[in-house]
This record gives sequence, C-alpha cells and structure tokens, in this order.
Amino acid sequence: MSAKHEPTAQQIKEEKLYLQLGMTEEEYERACSMIGRLPNYTETGLFSAMWSEHCSYKSSKPILRKFPTEGARVLQGPGEGAGIVDIGDNQAVVFKLESHNSPSAIEPFIGAATGAGGIIRDVFSMGARPVALVNSMRFGDLTDERDRYLFEEAVAGIASYGNIIGIPTIAGEVQFDNSYSKRPLVNAMAVGLLNHEDIQKGVASGVGNTVMYVGAKTGRDGINGATMSSAEVKVEEKAELPVMQAGDPYLEKLLMEACLELVKSDALIGIQDMGAAGLTSSSAEMASKAGYGVEMNLDLVPQREEGMTPYEMMLSESQERMLVVVKQGREQEIIDLFTKYGLEAVAIGKVTDDKMLRLFHKGEVVAEVSADALAEDAPVYHKKSEEPAYFKEYQAMEDAEPSVESLKETLIALLQRPTIASKEWVYNQFDTQARTNTVVAPGSSSGVIRVRGTNKGLAMTADCNSRYIYLDPEMGGKIAVAEAARNLVCSGAEPIAATDCLNFGSPDKPEVFWQIEKSADGISEACSTLNAPIIGGNVSMSNEVNGVPVYPTPTIGMVGIVHNLVDVTTTVFKQAGDQIYLIGETATEFGGSELQQMLHGKISGKAPAIDLEVEARRQQELLSAIQGGLVQSATDLSEGGLAIALCEKAFGAGGLGADVKVTGSAVSALFSETQSRFLVTVKAENAKAFEREVASAVTIGVVTDTGKIVIKDEAGDSLIDGTVEEFQSAWKGAIPCLLNCEG
Amino acid sequence: MRFAVLKFPGSSCDLDMFHAVNDIVKADVECVWHTEADLSLFDAVLIPTGAAYGDYLRPGALAKSSAVISQLHEFAASGKPILGVGNGFQILVEAGLLPGAFLMNKSLKFRSGQAKLVVQNAETSFTSGYEAEQEIALPFAHAYGNYCVNAETVTQLKDNKRIVFTYKDGNEDGSTEAIAGILNEQGNVLGMMPLPERAVEAIIGGTDGLPLFQSILKNGSEQHVSQA
Repeated sequence: MSAKHEPTAQQIKEEKLYLQLGMTEEEYERACSMIGRLPNYTETGLFSAMWSEHCSYKSSKPILRKFPTEGARVLQGPGEGAGIVDIGDNQAVVFKLESHNSPSAIEPFIGAATGAGGIIRDVFSMGARPVALVNSMRFGDLTDERDRYLFEEAVAGIASYGNIIGIPTIAGEVQFDNSYSKRPLVNAMAVGLLNHEDIQKGVASGVGNTVMYVGAKTGRDGINGATMSSAEVKVEEKAELPVMQAGDPYLEKLLMEACLELVKSDALIGIQDMGAAGLTSSSAEMASKAGYGVEMNLDLVPQREEGMTPYEMMLSESQERMLVVVKQGREQEIIDLFTKYGLEAVAIGKVTDDKMLRLFHKGEVVAEVSADALAEDAPVYHKKSEEPAYFKEYQAMEDAEPSVESLKETLIALLQRPTIASKEWVYNQFDTQARTNTVVAPGSSSGVIRVRGTNKGLAMTADCNSRYIYLDPEMGGKIAVAEAARNLVCSGAEPIAATDCLNFGSPDKPEVFWQIEKSADGISEACSTLNAPIIGGNVSMSNEVNGVPVYPTPTIGMVGIVHNLVDVTTTVFKQAGDQIYLIGETATEFGGSELQQMLHGKISGKAPAIDLEVEARRQQELLSAIQGGLVQSATDLSEGGLAIALCEKAFGAGGLGADVKVTGSAVSALFSETQSRFLVTVKAENAKAFEREVASAVTIGVVTDTGKIVIKDEAGDSLIDGTVEEFQSAWKGAIPCLLNCEG
Repeated sequence: MRFAVLKFPGSSCDLDMFHAVNDIVKADVECVWHTEADLSLFDAVLIPTGAAYGDYLRPGALAKSSAVISQLHEFAASGKPILGVGNGFQILVEAGLLPGAFLMNKSLKFRSGQAKLVVQNAETSFTSGYEAEQEIALPFAHAYGNYCVNAETVTQLKDNKRIVFTYKDGNEDGSTEAIAGILNEQGNVLGMMPLPERAVEAIIGGTDGLPLFQSILKNGSEQHVSQA
C-alpha cells in the first residue's frame, strides 16, 4: 500500500512513530478510533498536519470564539482565506494578518518572503485583487550578530516578494526587544479589493464536479511545515529541520492574474490556497466546509521531483499552488486560461457525496479518511491556565517616575532606540507606490490608499506593544486594539474591522495560556467598544527559544475607511503659527515603557491603564474634527510619550519647529506612556471650533519656523531646547548605525 | 495618437502607466500582451516598470528574447516614440535599443523614494514641456538602478545631448555621470529609471511627470498634423 521505506501501520503504532510527526498518544488513539483501524503512514501524516495547531487551532479555538466577529459591514468572518468587509458602492475590502515566524527564524529571507506570498494568496483566493501590504515584525535589539542578520534578511525577503509581484507596502511596524532574540516574529498582512459578486469561497461541492490543481509543481519542500511551525525552535538542533519551502513572486504574479481571471468565470465552484499542509488542508477543508467528499489521483499531481510518495505530495508546502473546483465538463476552459499565463492546470480528482478524502496512487487507494475527521472534528483542548507569579508582584508596584539626569540627552537616547528610531532603512526597501494609489506612504500613523474611481480611501495599520501585554495581558490587549484604531483615526479614517495574529509561546505552559486568554479578553472588549470586529486571523504558538517564550504578541491589523480623501491627515506639522493641542491628561505611567527598558534594562510594574469608553469618545471627537476640516496634523502618543511625538511631528516638516509648555512633573510630562492621548495641530482661526469639538484638548504651544524644539515647564524654565536637525539626525541614523557598527 | 503599454509576464506596473495616460493625460491607450501585440497599430510605445519575467537572470534579460522585440526595433527605426521606465529602461538596454548596462544599486538593496532630477535636455520630443535645467522630483523604485556606461559612450551621449535627466544630489545608486535617463541616437527612444507615471496627480506623488506625457502627446500629434 505504501512505498517500501515507509513504516507500516503496525510499526507506526508499536514504535510510536506518530510522536515524531507531532501527534500525541491521545491524538493518535483518537485518529484510530475515528477511522476504525490503524492509519497507514500517509493517513497518519494527514492527521498530524491537519491536527497541528497551525491548521486546527486546537488550543486556541476556545479563545478565538470569544472574539466579536459580527458587524453591519462584515460579509465574511473568520473561517475562510481572509475576512471581507463592505465599504459601499458594491465594493468590499478583504484582509488578513498572518505569521511566518518559524521559517523566518531559520531562513529569514525565504521565510519572510513566503510569508508575504502566502497571505497574498489568501486574499486573491477570495476573489479580491491585492492592493496593499502591511507588515509587523519583532527582532532582538540588534546588539547580537544573528539578530542583525535576521532583521536585514527578513526585511529584504518581505520586500523582494512584494516588490516583484507589484503590490505596494504602505504601512508596518518593527519593534526590537531581546525577548525576540533569535526568534523573530514576521507577520504580514495583505489587503485586497473586490466587487461583491466576485466573492469566492473554498468549497468543494456538487457531486461529479472536477478538482483541479493549478500553479507551480509539487516538490519535496516544506514537508511537515505546519507541524514544524507549531513547535519551538531549538537553536542547537537545526539539522533536524526539514527543507524549507521557497517562494517565487514571479510565479505568484502569474498565478494571481490567472486566478483573478478565473473568478470571473461561472465554471468556478470553489478555490483555496494550498498553504500550510498544502494539498491535504485545501482538499480536506474544501470538502468538509461544503459537506461533500473529494477523490484525487495523486499520479496526476504535477511533480517537480521523481518518485514522490503520496505522503510527500500531500504534506509538501511547495508555494504558489491553488486547488480549484470547477463544473464538470468545463475543465478545458480552465486549462486554456492558465496556459495563457504559462501555468499548469490539471484535473486531479472529483467531488463525491460520501464526505471522504480518498487518495489514489498507482492504481491503489492509499488513504481514505473522513474529511470532517481531518478538518471539523480535530481535537479541541481547553488548556490549563495559571496566573504567573510575576503578575501579582507587578500589580502591587506603585507607579514610579524614573529619575533622569538630562532631559535632552534622555530624549536623544530615546530617539535612538531602534523601536522609536526612523524605520526609513526598512521601508525604503519597499516599493510603496506601485499601483499609483498610495496617498500616505510608510512613516505616518497609518498607510492610506485611495480606492480608484471613488473619493474614498482605505487606511491600514498593524500594532502591538508586547511589553504592556507581558505586564498585564488584558490591559495590553485593549491597548493593542486601541492603538491600531487611534492610528487610523489620526489619518482621518473610521476603523471598520480588524484581524489578529496571536504570537505566543507554548500553550502547554499554563502561564503562557493565561497570557493568551487574558489578552484575548482585552482584545475582545476593545474590538466591541471601538466597533472593529475581528474578521479573521492566525495563531502562532510555541514561539520559544530553548524553552523561553517570547513576549506575548497578539498583533492587531486594522483597516479603516476614509470617507472623503480630503480628510487624509498626516503626522507632520504643516505651517508655522498653528496651535499645538494635547488631547488627554498625562499620568505617571512607566510600566513597560521605552524609558523604563532603556534605563533599567528590563520592564516591571503595571502597564498603562486604559478606559475604553474614554478612548472611544476621544477617537470619535478627533475623527469628527478631522472630517470637519479643523485639523492640520495628528498623531497619537505611544512609545516614548509626548516628547517623541512632538519630535516626529517636526521631522520632515521643512524646517518647522515647536514651542511648547508642559505642566506637572517634567519626566512624566515628556516621557510617560499614558494611553488615549493625541497631539494635534490646528490653524489659529479654527482653534475655537476645534475646542468645541474635542472636549479634552488643551493647547500646549505653537508651531514655529525656527527649526527648534523648545519645551518649557509652567514657570517658563527650559526643559528641552535643541534643533530639529540634531534630534532628527539621531533618530534617522540609529538603525543604520546599529547595523553597521559592531555590536 | 494611440499609445500602447507593452506587457510582459511580470510587468506589474502596466496599469500605473495606463491610468496615467488614460485618466490624466486623457489620450487613447491600450495595454498589449507581448505575444499578441501588433505595434503597427500604435503611435507610441510605453514599456512599464515591474519585473518582467521576475527579473530572472538579470532585469530585462529574458524579455529581450520575446518575439515582440523585433517589432520594437522596427518601431524605433520608424521614428515613433518609445518610452521605457524602470524595468522598461532595463529592457530597452538589454534589447540593444539603448547603450549601457545595469548593476545592482550601490547599497546592494532595493531602494524606493523620491528622486530629485535635473532636466538636462528640454528640447526632445519627450521633454519639450519642461524648462532647460528644470529641477523636478519623480518617484523611483528599483534594485538595479546603477546605470553603467563606458567613457567613450558617455562622450557620445554628452556630445549629442542624449543625457536627458540626471540625479541632482545623491546619485545614491552609483549611476555613471549621475545619469537618470538617456535617449537613443535618433532621439525617439527614451529610457529612464525614475517613474514619471507615478507623478501625474498631486494626491499621489506630485505632478512633475505630467509634462513628459504631455510632450509626447503634443509632439506626436503635431507630427500627425504635419504628415496629414
């Protein structure tokens, strides 16, 4: 039944070979009882891949169920390649954020590139044309050579894919902390546009309809990728890792054009990306979702290498492949369509009514398993959750203000922190303007593209401050969502929906599971309050190095509508004489702050507090002021606090500076990371109207043409006095310097 | 006057060019697939940027083997205008319609941004809409933007005023003589690394690219009239 070198079903059981495939004893028993016999090697492979965390969400399902996923605009929630949200005019936006962490830890260029490729396929498999990319990345603090290498290569990899395929990268974030040393997080988000009638689903329905394989050939790359990505990286044991799948953006460009032509055809029944667990997950999920079965003859699968076994074909994660189901008798049209793009389209099977996934190879049945058993009926675990000891300890700490010697030197040192420093080195490697719709390129609060043919825009962002989440996952989860929404609002957009990428350590550690649970609670509450339902996402567990988990990092991707392109607002100052307003009062909150990490080399205490009702009200007020044409520039206060935000507003503003007066303790006023605050500039003649619109706005100074940043205290004594030039060169030079200087 | 936007597999920015000409310049334009193109139906050919054939081997190297290239040579010989931007410039060089070669950027990284340029020759059919020595800003996005040409050719280029655009300050990618765009000997084939089609609307990157398309249209239309 199987190739000679493959173990028999009996051997798999006796020698517990399923353990090597990432299945537990209980899972193996469950699989045996579901099919009523011992699974052969291929079948064991199918179960191990489909029941991996990556494909089944077995540990995270109970948590994902908590997320608010519905809303008036939501056309497709979680469960398909990507979620879909209505944006009016018969159009909809399709997006999802996804991780490619494990591959990026091993082979950063290829890992990051295929991450971008995978999420782009998820979007066009829904029938949408991908129009923009966003990314979110985490690395060690660049003092270690390996971390510098991971950072440089991952950025180059993600850039190469987007640049070659011709989709602009218009927003993103990168943060640095040694919690991610040697275990980077590389999350990519793709955003697509479609007309309502073009929405596709990954379903295999209609008995007798034809299952077709389209795109690149199948090779031996990425076998067991789904299982691997659900395991931690053991830095010393690289030899054990399987061959990584490599992406080809050129091939994907051809595949994308062919698929977008295919979705216009009434011959198409369903389409799904062969992503994690390749042919296995696409076929089993398409059958299970539709309530049908699928039969495939693996001899017909286009193969790149000789002598591939059914196991290898089913578990390969070769890139740039899709599985499509078309109406019986229409195959030739599909073949012709793909041939035009130089791609293969091969009928490899058909839809059946028996709900089985049945595989033939060399005239024999090599696997016969219920599609539901693989997909729908994967085990679900309610993992043990336990509050870690550190949490109580940190919660008991009083908010304390760090003491600093020189405020100006502290500001310069903060500007040089890679998390705060200019990310120009990163985004200059991205083509940010392909498709000629980019209204706001990277470097502002969020990226904005126009929707061609309308007066609307789409704003997008990805955010997560994992230090806050580590200190207080529930509070931190709320902050991640609030910050994403804030970034959209500052650009003049109304947030409409969110996607999440839950990057955590091993869920088998009760403390990690507690972080997952609590942060999900915070995210859920914030998404409800801020009207941004979660329409899809991804879970990446076991991000650990030698047993130590990375900081909990549930990254939030969010998209908003700019109802009128004249509302688009950016960070930088626009003109001298404009009033500078601070929205929201400042408290002494340094737990998890950039200043605390910089001064103490670690974080402790309480995360900043957030009141979601206050947050929502301020966002609404600011957005309505922006829509009323009252705001010249806007930014939220995040890492590094007010002083950093003020500098960022002056950088690139053509010689404009600021003269500002702050109240209260200087260190808190300048560097505290109190939430729900914004820094906004308003033309003098609009000041009164703006103050009526935004209740909590307080004028703190004025935009000047002196090219200086001057901050004084209430008594008029100087706290910070320097040229924009000196602050900007520190901020701009930091990342290139960290990469070029020996650490 | 009819424009063709010539598409190869992987020419990802064909629509950018199409929209610039169709929506903004408001000229007659069509995207044509390289195997199906009949260039004799057109008055000007635009080769967009992107990554034809995935930039495999080196940018433009595989596109030059397409059957459409011989048509392109005929088109050039007929004196009608051809504009290649970014990857389109690289294809024109590989096809032998323009001299030189491309190396990877000096930084060895893909770079994108806004380039400051000087219009060195405002008397071409592509640049008559600019002032001599005018400084303009155009977006760029490339990994192989380092244009290289030998000293002898540089002299020829200079003597015949075939260097049309140079980088003002920076020339960060290392191009010979800070060259950003050059003409062929007859003056009807222009290749440039900066991307004028990305600068035809204030909302997306300025309008400094607009005079280039308007020049082609104006000079092409006048030629039509004088021929008629």
